[in-house]
Amino acid sequence: MKVFNRRNFLKGGVAGGAAATLLSKSKDAGAAKSFGGYPNSMGVLVDLTRCVGCRSCEAACNKEQGLPAPDLPFDDTSVFEEKRRTSEGAYTVVNKYDTSKDHPLFRKIQCNHCNEPACLTSCFVNAYKKTPEGAVTYDPTVCVGCRTCMVACPFYVPAYSYSSVINPVVKKCVFCYDTRLKFGRPPACVESCPKEVLSFGKRKDLIKIAHQRIRSKPDLYVNHVYGEKEVGGTSWMYLSSVPFDEVGFDTHLGNQPIISYVKEFLTIVPMVLTIWPALFAGFHLLANRKDSKKNEKQSITNGEG
Amino acid sequence: MIQKNKYLIGVIALLALALFTVPCLAMEGPDSIELDSLAELYEPVQFDHIMHVEAAGDDCSVCHHHTTGTPVQDENCIGCHANSGEADEVACSACHPANRFQADYLNKIDENYRLNHVDKVGLKAAYHIKCMGCHEENDAPTGCQDCHTRTEAGDKMFRSGKYAPKGGNKSRKSGH
Ligand code: SF4
Ligand code: SF4
Repeated sequence: MKVFNRRNFLKGGVAGGAAATLLSKSKDAGAAKSFGGYPNSMGVLVDLTRCVGCRSCEAACNKEQGLPAPDLPFDDTSVFEEKRRTSEGAYTVVNKYDTSKDHPLFRKIQCNHCNEPACLTSCFVNAYKKTPEGAVTYDPTVCVGCRTCMVACPFYVPAYSYSSVINPVVKKCVFCYDTRLKFGRPPACVESCPKEVLSFGKRKDLIKIAHQRIRSKPDLYVNHVYGEKEVGGTSWMYLSSVPFDEVGFDTHLGNQPIISYVKEFLTIVPMVLTIWPALFAGFHLLANRKDSKKNEKQSITNGEG
Repeated sequence: MIQKNKYLIGVIALLALALFTVPCLAMEGPDSIELDSLAELYEPVQFDHIMHVEAAGDDCSVCHHHTTGTPVQDENCIGCHANSGEADEVACSACHPANRFQADYLNKIDENYRLNHVDKVGLKAAYHIKCMGCHEENDAPTGCQDCHTRTEAGDKMFRSGKYAPKGGNKSRKSGH
């Protein structure tokens, strides 16, 4: 029912566009509760067991997307001393985790390109779009900088660009859509990875490959493909040799698309038009609260580890 | 009787072949190979083949799976290739594609879907997974530049060396 409320809202409040198309597809799917993604959409399977933390993917992303120079060279491993997040200057970051195994694991973070993206459904100006190729893209020209998507994203991905005061925009990985994906080419990070930690292909094939890897090496992998079902499925999926919460994944997101959970935010969106400044403050508070909650969680985990 | 003799001779011949080809082939392999097909961000690798043959105890299948020299050991291959014999080409690049994730290759495996080949890694990963796996186990070097020096293009991409960020950019906010 919640899904329907949202759709009604989106259709009524914001005309047409990607979100409505996306959601009406889920109606076509009949009994299926969630959309489940475009049938031939592409994805990336990330095999954490292979990653050596060389950060080639970060460097390749920086070059491809024309991002600003980093604070430190991409071959500097001191960055692993802290857990970094994606930012306006880095659409992907690799973090290092000490695990219950005798060796650390590295995890590359970027937008997971959800099948049913919470950023998309929460955005009231339709800045986001899920393309049939699988990418969740973003149109900065319509973004008003309200930052709802940052609050809605279950993976804390969209970042806010403070450097452009005149046109504040949100920044995130777009699956190299404009430069590569739409021409059938893999994203820059995939091409740069020396160990094929990142496998690019049709999402449905990658799911088969992932399960085949688990079957052929049951001692190496935990029996779970993160992102196959989480939040309605994501285009980027993960294999790991340790339980996913040990490498910073949120294992409590559930399999329902996030749209159901961000309803509260939606009910306040119409107010944007009337009490603009107060609302901004509100979003800011919400974002901060989420951050401090996350920090709390992090320090608890750190305390245990 | 004749049939049986023939059979026996066949077996003996095969055994002899097996015995002789192993060390022979290992020795016949190249002394050194320049791995340069992917060189762009890094210089080509001068691969000391003969040294690695020794390190692998003359067992070709440690790296070459089922394509040359010693019999197949990899569980993934054995199912179908226990008796496949040697391949026409033994170079890694003969089977591991350099265009692993380009559309033409993806379409090819889509048309001819074989469970055990569909996940065959590309050339760059074949090198790195094999080499680094072994190097880790044997405490051999695993740093990128332990095997290949970075080119100027590489320095530029990694924003290192003379392309290193100057004075730091610390004031940049995280964006969250
Ligand atoms: S990971 Fe976050 S930003 Fe990326 S598609 Fe999903 S909700 Fe949107
Ligand atoms: S390029 Fe590959 S191996 Fe290197 S850090 Fe990125 S994912 Fe890991």
